[in-house]
Amino acid sequence: MKNLMEHMGVEPGRLQFSWISSAEATKFVDVVKQVTEKVKELGPNEKFIKKTVKVA
Amino acid sequence: MDAYITKIKAISERLLKDGTVEAVIGFREGTLPTMSEPCFIKRSDDVKDLVWNANCRINLANYLTNRKEKIAIVAKGCDSRNIVNHIIENKIKRDQLFIIGVPCKGMNDKDTGALQDNCATCTHRNPVIYDELAGDLVEEQTGVDKYADVKKVEAMTTDEKWAFFNNLYASCTRCYACRNACPLCYCPTCFVDESKPQWVGKGEDPIDVRTYHFLRAYHCAGRCTDCGSCEAACPQNIKVRQLTKKLEKDCAELFGWEAGLTLDKRPPLDTFSIDDPNDFIK
Repeated sequence: MKNLMEHMGVEPGRLQFSWISSAEATKFVDVVKQVTEKVKELGPNEKFIKKTVKVA
Repeated sequence: MDAYITKIKAISERLLKDGTVEAVIGFREGTLPTMSEPCFIKRSDDVKDLVWNANCRINLANYLTNRKEKIAIVAKGCDSRNIVNHIIENKIKRDQLFIIGVPCKGMNDKDTGALQDNCATCTHRNPVIYDELAGDLVEEQTGVDKYADVKKVEAMTTDEKWAFFNNLYASCTRCYACRNACPLCYCPTCFVDESKPQWVGKGEDPIDVRTYHFLRAYHCAGRCTDCGSCEAACPQNIKVRQLTKKLEKDCAELFGWEAGLTLDKRPPLDTFSIDDPNDFIK
């Protein structure tokens, strides 16, 4: 799935997977930090924004 | 091809007359030129309508889903691989089927008349499963680069890829011909038709169009045989195989898997193996 998303033109890093047990609190915190950093780097994802018709 | 059809007719007539099967699924002359259409032959008198030519592009395995009666089916290499898929996925039983195998040298593109893209790089021209052959087996192609076009896209930058697919699907009208022609798409209600919840918008918004094509392709992961039915059915001539082919390539590289070749192995996406690649999980 990751491969196909990236093949289609979604930035690598936009989609991330992790396996964290409920007992791994520190890993959870680390992963969330890493994901947040990575996504901030990439900036807002504008590709998936739909242009809706504006009704006055 | 003439020899094929004589043989196909003879086998069909015999099977219908002696009651081995209730119907034969094959092709007859279509209502448009260069388009042979799938048909069900139920009486031995109608066997004369059957044809076999380079316009029999549609994958006949599509018509087997959940059938209860005994059926004979005319099968090219790709059709036979999709029949294997159907049997593996419990959509039909092997003993219900009489497979009339047709070794195939490729179908012609409906517009250009040249060999179809997927046929040009086909490496399974002979049926992988059959009860009787309509002709001698043909030589398989070797040394073809099946994924030249996928590699071209892989080499692009992220933005180029995005633009490439935007361009590719620009003329899509969401007619769903590709889905309907696909033997893998047999869900009673397709995700695009659901309204509670509505997974994807139903209009021609580029994001919705892309979501449809992306998800449809993903549903075919590890199952697609690259038969080209979707592309042949597309009235807008969109190269809809681009995404399914990428998945086919990934399956070959990650799992060493080619769909529909054997009844004895489960597909990679429905089994667990300790060797499954998991580099994507952090």
